[in-house]
Amino acid sequence: MRPMDKLLEVKNVTKHYPVDKGALAKLFTKKPKVVHAMDDVSFFIRKGEVLGLAGESGCGKTTTGRLALRLQDPTAGDVLFKGQSIFALPPEKMRQLRSKMQIIFQDPFASLSPRMSIGKSVGHPLEIHSDLKNSAVRDRCLEIMEKVGLQPAEFFARKYPHQISGGQRQRVVIARALITRPEFVVADEPIAMADVSVRAMILKLMTQLKEEFDLTYLFITHDLATAKYICDRIAIMYLGQILEIGPLVEVFKNPVHPYTESLLAAVPVPDPKFRRQHPIPKGEIPNAIDPPSGCRFHPRCMYAEKRCALEAPGLQTVSGDHQVACPVRMRS
Amino acid sequence: MKHSPTAAMGRVIGGFTGMGRKYGAEWWILIIGALIIGGIILMALLAPLIAPYGPHDQEAGPQLAPPSSEHLMGTDNLQRDVLSRIIFGARTILGVAILAAIISSVVGISLGMFSGYSGGAFDKTLSLIMDSVYSFPGLILAIAFAAMLEPGIMSITIAVAVIYIPTYFRLVRGQTLTIKEELYVESARAIGAPNLVILGKYIFPNVIATTAVVFTMNVGDAIMIEAALTYLGLGLPPSIVDWGMDLAMGKKYLPSGQWWLITFPGVMISTLALGFTMLGEGLAEILNPRLLER
Amino acid sequence: MKENVLEIKNLHVQFPIHIGTVRAVEDVSLNLRKGEVMGLVGESGCGKSTLGFSILRLLRPPGKITAGEINYHGRNIGNMPQKELLDLRGRNISMIFQDPLTSLDPLYTIGDQFLETLRTHEKGIKKKIALERAADMLKNLGISPNRLSEYPHQMSGGMRQRIMIGIGLILNPDLLIADEPTTALDVIVEAQFLDLLNELREKFDLTIMFITHNLGVVAQASDRITVMYGGRMVETGTAEDVFADPKHPYTQGLLASVPNIKLEQPELQTMPGAPPDLVNPPPGCVFHPRCPHVMDICKQEVPKSFRANGHMSACWLYK
Repeated sequence: MRPMDKLLEVKNVTKHYPVDKGALAKLFTKKPKVVHAMDDVSFFIRKGEVLGLAGESGCGKTTTGRLALRLQDPTAGDVLFKGQSIFALPPEKMRQLRSKMQIIFQDPFASLSPRMSIGKSVGHPLEIHSDLKNSAVRDRCLEIMEKVGLQPAEFFARKYPHQISGGQRQRVVIARALITRPEFVVADEPIAMADVSVRAMILKLMTQLKEEFDLTYLFITHDLATAKYICDRIAIMYLGQILEIGPLVEVFKNPVHPYTESLLAAVPVPDPKFRRQHPIPKGEIPNAIDPPSGCRFHPRCMYAEKRCALEAPGLQTVSGDHQVACPVRMRS
Repeated sequence: MKHSPTAAMGRVIGGFTGMGRKYGAEWWILIIGALIIGGIILMALLAPLIAPYGPHDQEAGPQLAPPSSEHLMGTDNLQRDVLSRIIFGARTILGVAILAAIISSVVGISLGMFSGYSGGAFDKTLSLIMDSVYSFPGLILAIAFAAMLEPGIMSITIAVAVIYIPTYFRLVRGQTLTIKEELYVESARAIGAPNLVILGKYIFPNVIATTAVVFTMNVGDAIMIEAALTYLGLGLPPSIVDWGMDLAMGKKYLPSGQWWLITFPGVMISTLALGFTMLGEGLAEILNPRLLER
Repeated sequence: MKENVLEIKNLHVQFPIHIGTVRAVEDVSLNLRKGEVMGLVGESGCGKSTLGFSILRLLRPPGKITAGEINYHGRNIGNMPQKELLDLRGRNISMIFQDPLTSLDPLYTIGDQFLETLRTHEKGIKKKIALERAADMLKNLGISPNRLSEYPHQMSGGMRQRIMIGIGLILNPDLLIADEPTTALDVIVEAQFLDLLNELREKFDLTIMFITHNLGVVAQASDRITVMYGGRMVETGTAEDVFADPKHPYTQGLLASVPNIKLEQPELQTMPGAPPDLVNPPPGCVFHPRCPHVMDICKQEVPKSFRANGHMSACWLYK
């Protein structure tokens, strides 16, 4: 595939967080303990597509989203945006690049300054990244607010975050993310905190805006049912690693990795007649400070063999774009 | 009829009592404090108009005369009218206290924000310095500063200002550390806002609310320190009218029964300081998010 | 016909706060039959959790029950004397909550927390006996009895949630109120929890009120469901009936807006507007400002519950 097709590429990124221990403990232990948030994660996103990053808590999806935008620095590895490494950029150049790469956080209330009016919050990225006069900034601000459904825009521009509803706040955050016409947007659980009846609206809005602004999304979620509505491809993460990645329709129809299978089976279905067939793995997600050896899912896996505890499998191609990190299932 | 002055007054008073009912005792404390301060400030501003005599006028009346209808607060040993000295003295003490508080707050808040936001060695060093200054009893430190600097009104102001800087620093630094971790600050960074913009637009507005209370308490304290310094004879020439100096002078005459020389300056100092404390306490209670109970 | 374990009649719960009075629960009536799981579903602010808390009179001040009755096996909980109420809690009716991290005391071992519950209701129970009962309960939960000496922070979220059910069931109550018990859990642990709850339900012959905003969970866990909106009950019936043929426009809109991983749904429906202001709710039917089928009467009179094809719906369309 042509290199320019890949808008964003994450290459062998590892992120470990140090675990703070007392001075005495540090004297007596040899290896410093770290939280394995991400271990050798690689994937790419093509221009115009929505890649879903799904998994349970501690899988590293949020950290991946942060690192993709250089909101934190990796322990190892690199991230390329349009072929260029973002970690090699001097800080000022990176700051300017941010107008092209934006993020929508999970909690719209917490991501807006309580003392800035909606209008000021939405227009702020434009103030920072462009030389437009105040009146021009205000015009663009009102324009984008109308686009996301905050009408009449003048009315909302004067309000403060605590004066509007949760659904409206999420629209504000989306407007702010899009005002500089970015190319790439990371959406970190954008509907998790919204009311159930409002979630569909936000998903629809995001899809609509994607078409209109020719956006590329990294859609982080723990809810596979939601991912189905907006993602073209999906990556399943577990304890800091990608276990399966591929076109969503295919991964959902024919999941290869045992964890993907279990995850899909566990999603509660809003249909009382449906009864789950697939067994649920026992146990819970182990500690990220001391992950299991070899394949990290092996202690809970019903297909586990001896070698699963010994070597960590890498991603191998099943067909086309569909890759899986499970040699046992690949054989069958 | 709705627009008559009495109706307007009625609405204002109604508004006040409404607030009183809403917030209870704290509101009234705040109002009383504000009235005291307001009254004394007014007195200071209108000094030339309301003082019956000049503060330096050494022929205002008989020497050491007790309070009478001509000299409501009596006269001192240099035949000056005490009341006039009180009125003009308000200018000195308020001027020093407020200016000192402004210097303190500007320096303390700026340093606190920068230190908290930058972290690292800069923060650690500055915090150490501030903690050391903070652990000194304020009055002793102020005396030391005033003694080191040349006598004069600016020295007193600086001495008073310095001892309060760590208070602002610690408060603002602590808040900055917390706010720095908030999602909206991370959002600002994600938008590409430069650090100065983040400090100015995101951190500062969220920090300033609590400093208002500290400011009023600061002024109240500064009044006491200023009075103490001048009482101890540190730093003001006799050409300046000052309550603390008059307090010191009045002490000499107390044993001989001339109580009015020490009493009136003393009462004024206490009242003014009390006014600021009341304002500060009232403000603190009201600005705090309150439990929704009835 | 099985008897009613719990009968709620015309319950009103209000919170008087400085901006006005929040009408959190308005005229809600429902019954729980022995052995069934009643799913109470709705979005945040609909009153479902408030309803759950008011059953055991656990409302936080200034909230209070302003009208209506709550009867447990015919006994009125509302005017029960304090001593009787304290005995009722834990022994007859138990409640489990959303966040096990804050519901379990971090300073006491699991064993101690079981002990406390047992000693409160069975004064003089011997420690050895009590710990044996706790160990038995842990076996039911699929947890090794050795863990009685551990502290909550040494356990994972899912395990803590199971401990919470264990403490709730140690005295063998017949009614369990579960307030959003899986909302803070990962999806696989959630599935494990629901399986466990089902097992325990059979083993202990429980009646359960399952409060949640997750339509998938409520469909999997409940026999009957009650949908709430704006403090009111809008629809109630068997889970199968309500999901297959929702009558109330709110239920219809809600079900159409929720993604279903098993279905080929081309479009998700959106519902215009936002949940109502509970201090000044709209007149008449609380849903009318957002309703696609709104009629004049909806704006004026609060609808009663009408029977619509097997289940009840509070909508003038079915008069």
